[in-house]
Amino acid sequence: MNARDEILSRIRTATGPSPVIRPVPRDYAVAGAHAPGAPELLDLLAERLRDYRATVHRCTPGDLDATLAEVTRGWRVAVPDSSAITVPGAVADRPALSHADLDGVDAVLTGCAAACADTGTIALDGGADQGRRALTLVPDRHVCVIHADQVVQTVPELLRRLDPRRPLTFISGPSATSDIELDRVEGVHGPRTLIAVVVGPAGTTGNNVHREQG
Amino acid sequence: MTTFLGMPHAPRGVGQLRGDEPFPAAADKALADRQLRRNLGHATATIRDKRARAVAEVADWEQLRLAGEAIKAATMARLGEHLIELEAAVTARGGHVHWARDAVEANRIVTDLVRATGATEVVKVKSMATQEIGLNEALESAGITAVETDLAELIVQLGHDKPSHILVPAIHRNRTEIRDIFLRHMPGVDPDLTDDPRRLAMAARAHLRAKFLTARVAISGANFAVAETGTVTVVESEGNGRMCLTLPDTLITVMGIEKVVPAWTDLEVFLQLLPRSSTGERMNPYTSTWTGVTPGDGPQEFHLVLLDNGRTAVLADEAGRSALHCIRCSACLNVCPVYERTGGHAYGSVYPGPIGAILSPQLTGIEDNASLPYASSLCGACYDVCPVRIDIPSILVHLRGEHVDARAQRALPSPEALAMAAAAWTMAGPRRFRLGERLLRLGRLLARGGRIRRLPPPLSAWTAARDLPEPPAQTFRQWWRTRPGDGRR
Repeated sequence: MNARDEILSRIRTATGPSPVIRPVPRDYAVAGAHAPGAPELLDLLAERLRDYRATVHRCTPGDLDATLAEVTRGWRVAVPDSSAITVPGAVADRPALSHADLDGVDAVLTGCAAACADTGTIALDGGADQGRRALTLVPDRHVCVIHADQVVQTVPELLRRLDPRRPLTFISGPSATSDIELDRVEGVHGPRTLIAVVVGPAGTTGNNVHREQG
Repeated sequence: MTTFLGMPHAPRGVGQLRGDEPFPAAADKALADRQLRRNLGHATATIRDKRARAVAEVADWEQLRLAGEAIKAATMARLGEHLIELEAAVTARGGHVHWARDAVEANRIVTDLVRATGATEVVKVKSMATQEIGLNEALESAGITAVETDLAELIVQLGHDKPSHILVPAIHRNRTEIRDIFLRHMPGVDPDLTDDPRRLAMAARAHLRAKFLTARVAISGANFAVAETGTVTVVESEGNGRMCLTLPDTLITVMGIEKVVPAWTDLEVFLQLLPRSSTGERMNPYTSTWTGVTPGDGPQEFHLVLLDNGRTAVLADEAGRSALHCIRCSACLNVCPVYERTGGHAYGSVYPGPIGAILSPQLTGIEDNASLPYASSLCGACYDVCPVRIDIPSILVHLRGEHVDARAQRALPSPEALAMAAAAWTMAGPRRFRLGERLLRLGRLLARGGRIRRLPPPLSAWTAARDLPEPPAQTFRQWWRTRPGDGRR
């Protein structure tokens, strides 16, 4: 018998001919208290991102270009090859930049697929404004634009917005480790600086506190 | 007995599921190491507080635990069907699925796959499954260098040490010890390196950067794999996982068969339970999911190795099978009063702590890890924190029963069985009992300061791990007769 058939046969023997399957109780919270894009969620997302040492900027759609230009001033910035989010002088990932090229840029600028306020999580799905995974991994700074309508409250809401057949990356703050005495330290192999630009309608841009990582 | 005896366990002589000595002997040495106890006490206290805060934020935590438990139980009941579905989904998306009956077969499959690429070095994402099967050693004997890229695994690998914790394999090391290991064993390290954790993390980044950018083959484990979509998930913090899962041409993932979950929506439960239980974060910094191969993005060759290695033997025991529900968060280690004092090495297996005490003996067969079910005070803290509600204390008791049953079948009864038989005989009649009580008082001769620390053989087995109180000068019956007033009614 080959390994596959043998393992499947062992499983059948182990579980017996008619295993009992109990229904899964799903009475945990799926939707949050706030609708996607609510001003409260933008505040919560900003707070949670900052709590894990991301830098957060708030702006309106009209201010976005100016904000990005200011944030990335003086940097060599890579962008996905067909992204609508860009800054003057950006290097497009076309043809695909080598790993060494990516290592040489100062920052990468992308959008996102969705974000979760409860956990301060940004999800990327390889969409046109996010590009392939290496692009948001190798550069040392990641500038990520989050639009209000992309912000949901809970983890279930986040996952239900995403297509699992696409390669997904969930990002909650800059790279970190708890491996030394179980204390969290930010900045290991992934981008050491995460800059989130949260774009909301006028009146929701709240306190634009800049918190650079120490 | 409920165990299906024909089901093969994890084979001997390969991998890391068995210790060199029983738990009490190994624990004795660990308890004498004051530095170890200080390091463990500090680290486990830190993480216990963080976990408690992260869990308290979630109003529906108990509902999530109940859902997690039920999803795992339902998955195990139809494990074969889910694995077949997973295989079909991964294959349809350009991945290759391999099945490995045990550690030996898994190591051979992975070694052959790496050889076929021509690479002599691979980068690795921290993975319990590959630790369990001893993959690094197997690759090494085939002339292939496996580079561990998780910071704690790197500390263990550089220090020629063994992992002692599921999440933080180097938890037994403090920052100064880690600095010293880096200074001694990390090529090109800054000689002025301090023990500031941030500087240590930077040293690891510099050490591994070139390897990530040039690696051709990566090996990972998996936290979850979704049967309906073929989506594999790795949960991590540092970005070493993303590097390995994204940059090389070939990715080989080794996954225990119990890691499959039926549906994508099941991840909405586990991605809430796991980070808060393990690192005490609302969400870990990075989670990657991928489904087969994506043209133009990430490895263009993907192999998924499905590993049994004793898991079907665990599945066959209805009373113990929920040990397979474990999502490797390590919360049970961090709250365990035994683990906090002995550390992970004393358990002898890559799975230490309460979960290891029920998982390792079931994977290997009880006779190969007979002391582990006793490595617990049965206080129940592990059950309280388990995000998928594994009733570890009940399984510990069940395995103790199995161990006793297994020994009862041997030709020679154990000293413990003899002692119990003698006690039963003594207690069966009042004269014998009185005589027994008198003999017990002889024990006073062995006592120092109110305690007996060592009994003569064969009773020494009892005092090897515990003291006995000094027997009282007077038995209850003697006291009854001599108490004021008339005892003889």
